[in-house]
Amino acid sequence: MADWVWSNVVVALLLMGTGGVVFYARRSRMWTETFSDLWRRRRFAVLVIGFYVLVALLDSVAWVGGMDQGEDTVARYEAQSILDRLFAGSQERSYSAPFADVEFYGGAPLTHPGAHILGTDLIGRDVLYLSLKGARVALLIGGLTSLLAIPLALLFGISAGYFGGRIDDVVFFVMSTLASMPGLLLLIALIMVLGKSTVAVCFALAITGWVGFCRVVRGETFKLRELEYVSAARALGVSEFGIIVRHILPNLMHLVIITFVLMFSGLVLSEAILSWLGIGVDGSWGQMIDQARNELSRDPIVWWNIVSAGLALFGLILAVNFVGDALRDTLDPRTLRETE
Amino acid sequence: MLNYVLRRIGYGIFVVLGVLLLLFILFFAVTTPEDVARKALGERVPVAVIEQWKVNHGYDKPLLPGPGAWRDNMLVEHYRRMLTFDFGRSDADDVPISERIKSGIGPSLALTLPLFILSLVVALPLSLLVAFFRETYIDRTGVVLAVLAMSVSILLYIIGAQYIIGRVLHWFPISGFDADPRVILRFLALPILVGLCAGIGGDLRFYRTVFLEESNTDYVRTARAKGCGEARIMSRHVFRNSLIPLLTRVVLAIPFLFMGSLLLESFFGIPGLGAITVDAIQGNDFSVLRTMVYIGSLLFVGGQILTDLSYGLVDPRVRLE
Amino acid sequence: MTALLEVKGLTARFPGPGEGLPIVDGVDFHIDSGEVLALVGESGCGKSMTALSLMRLLPKPGRIASGRVRLGDEEVLSMSVNAMRRVRGHRMAMIFQEPMTSLNPVVRVGKQVMEAIRLHEDVSRSAARLRSLELFSEVGIPDPEARLDAYPHQLSGGLKQRVMIAMALSTRPELLIADEPTTALDVTIQAQIVRLLRDLQRDRGMSILLITHDLGVVNELSDRVAVMYAGRIVETGSRQDIFKRPRHPYTRGLLRSNPALAVPGERLPEIQGVVPSPVEWPQGCRFSTRCSEVFEPCRIDVPQTTNLGEGHRCDCHGVTSSTNSGDGA
Repeated sequence: MADWVWSNVVVALLLMGTGGVVFYARRSRMWTETFSDLWRRRRFAVLVIGFYVLVALLDSVAWVGGMDQGEDTVARYEAQSILDRLFAGSQERSYSAPFADVEFYGGAPLTHPGAHILGTDLIGRDVLYLSLKGARVALLIGGLTSLLAIPLALLFGISAGYFGGRIDDVVFFVMSTLASMPGLLLLIALIMVLGKSTVAVCFALAITGWVGFCRVVRGETFKLRELEYVSAARALGVSEFGIIVRHILPNLMHLVIITFVLMFSGLVLSEAILSWLGIGVDGSWGQMIDQARNELSRDPIVWWNIVSAGLALFGLILAVNFVGDALRDTLDPRTLRETE
Repeated sequence: MLNYVLRRIGYGIFVVLGVLLLLFILFFAVTTPEDVARKALGERVPVAVIEQWKVNHGYDKPLLPGPGAWRDNMLVEHYRRMLTFDFGRSDADDVPISERIKSGIGPSLALTLPLFILSLVVALPLSLLVAFFRETYIDRTGVVLAVLAMSVSILLYIIGAQYIIGRVLHWFPISGFDADPRVILRFLALPILVGLCAGIGGDLRFYRTVFLEESNTDYVRTARAKGCGEARIMSRHVFRNSLIPLLTRVVLAIPFLFMGSLLLESFFGIPGLGAITVDAIQGNDFSVLRTMVYIGSLLFVGGQILTDLSYGLVDPRVRLE
Repeated sequence: MTALLEVKGLTARFPGPGEGLPIVDGVDFHIDSGEVLALVGESGCGKSMTALSLMRLLPKPGRIASGRVRLGDEEVLSMSVNAMRRVRGHRMAMIFQEPMTSLNPVVRVGKQVMEAIRLHEDVSRSAARLRSLELFSEVGIPDPEARLDAYPHQLSGGLKQRVMIAMALSTRPELLIADEPTTALDVTIQAQIVRLLRDLQRDRGMSILLITHDLGVVNELSDRVAVMYAGRIVETGSRQDIFKRPRHPYTRGLLRSNPALAVPGERLPEIQGVVPSPVEWPQGCRFSTRCSEVFEPCRIDVPQTTNLGEGHRCDCHGVTSSTNSGDGA
């Protein structure tokens, strides 16, 4: 099946998964209280994140066809998302300032005068469109990487903390080794080796990112293992696996949520740096910023590219950070703070 | 205590060996010397030239130990050379890597050392202040500002600073470096300023959290019950006890002082170790990159051992074990 | 003779529905000079919070909502922060329940005691050290010279508590508030600390507010007793009154259910039910849900204080001056 079909399927699965999680969480008082608290305190930030998610979804649902009217011949055969279709035909030839009627250099008239709220880039693409497209990339990076890193950290951390002994020795050694390598350098090394596709970048980010959380999980599991109800469960004959799933794992969930949210912003920012080094993901805000760097030395300067991408990046990160902080205040004892 | 130190060093050595193994896998097994040679020489170069290049750079041996090649293989070579600090030559331009490193340390330290000290001097008192005024608008404003500062990508700080201060205001040169003590500050001013702004948000949040946590302990309650004023509590009791988490963060940063800041150095044209690394990345120079990661790890492991030792200085509970 | 400490209508609230939950609810008591008052009750009844309120050390998010606390001729609740600091550790001192965590782990204990002294008196370091040495001897710390330079983790729980006591007594306070001073200690050490407090109190003529749930300690140390339940004081009286002639059903239940006072061979009586959490406090008398003598007014009206003479007071609908005393313990 074509790539775009898979992408749509994944989006559908994600939505269903989210629905399932929400349904399950509604039955737990801790979660409903947490989220209503969050809604009360950081409503604006949550809405902002919701907006970004919506935009990303618009860019994730794509299909081929229906583009025969436009000038873009490539678009006829490649999958175009809802977002793409909204901005189809907005192409100009070159730079133009926000709301301008003419091209920036040379003054030739635009095809859509005054319609480009954030201007156009070097090859005439609408900057608002590019900025919105970056949302999907950012969410993908943050989301997919976390989806890889967190289960990995849980798997190793719980095994090490719960079973101890040899398993713990091995896990601790692997953690120490990975943690001893300067993060950015290891990341770069991994990407140079694994390739530069989106999935490869996410993998590399996950490999460099799971250790921190794993340490926390391991520590917490040590503590949880000693709790009396775990001994009680064992005495009642519950299997080790059963104990892990029913007693240890649920007690780590609040840490998972906080870590997910807080890791997210770090990951997106890391990707921006990777983009600047030339090994980031296509279409990300980081890449936009990197490409726009040279524009500042032009005369007169082209500022709207970098400002748009910068603001889009800042907006998401800020909202996520606020939400993450609020979540941590509500959910967390001191565990996570020691590893900051 | 000596026992503990020796054990830590021993474990550190193990970790370094593990790091070397990982590096070997990444740089020799996943990307073969073939690939490296082709990247350096070009795709269409005849096989003989490639083989010669491989011999020159020591890539011509078999990969792993095997019959007839128990000592004469890449794995053993890799270990031997790294552990004896025989770094060889750069893949890209054949310059001995050790020379590169020696020339890069100076500029890197010139940037990171002042930045490090300045960050501490600014962030610690600010955080103490914010923690002192906890729950008031000073505290809340401080936290919001810190989160705001943290949420801006360092790239934007760099670009912004270069543009506004460099081009518009002309206060400092945008990039470049001159080790002459009379002018060196002019070149370091911008990167240090940017580094400071980019880091202060995270620093403030972390220190504040540590201070607040110590303020809620039982012994601080006892101090208050003795009639100790808040100011004295913050500066004597809280700060003293916060040193352990603080030291962890601070001492662990020391290795990075040597490694330089990849971004600041390359953006601001400072020829330190960070810039060398970035060049290696962009030039696909694996041997330099490999070396830099190795050195970074050594410093990191050293830093962790230092941190453990520093606990002993600060916390009597550890000292007297 | 006016009392040294007088507490009237002290109310401390924590966040909750409406104005908040009155964890300390309209508490009245007084302590005379040189007298030991025990504040007794189960965990969670608000006695620690009461003590902390007196020192204005109530942990956030709690706040003192109303009431008056008079220490000597000063109004504690309305004085400035600076004035309060001068009172704390000087006129009023407090020792806490957990000696393990109540001392600064990175400072030598001698220095901590010296700090207590030098915060309030202008003495040189050597003079303060000398006084600390004397205090250490006074509280029964063996080998005091060496112990001055020890770190808290090098001392046992009992020794740590003695250090806390030395620290609290270093400035000759008029009132010592002792919040469960023996609860975290081994039984044998408990006895030693109790004896120490008794001797010190007698030697110095100091008043003590003793917070505890251990009736044995109450019996050994106190002159008067106040019984607390769910934020309110339900009965106050001399030690004799409380132990021999308890009137409030809760007090009676407490005494009956104490193993030390039980009759061998018989089933140990208990107070049925569990202590309600503040969110579940019933209307009217808060003990009404568990009281064996509950009747109509208990569930509707808050009981008023009945004066039973000679300082013996009780807040119970079923107790008026004319009813006979119930059986003693």
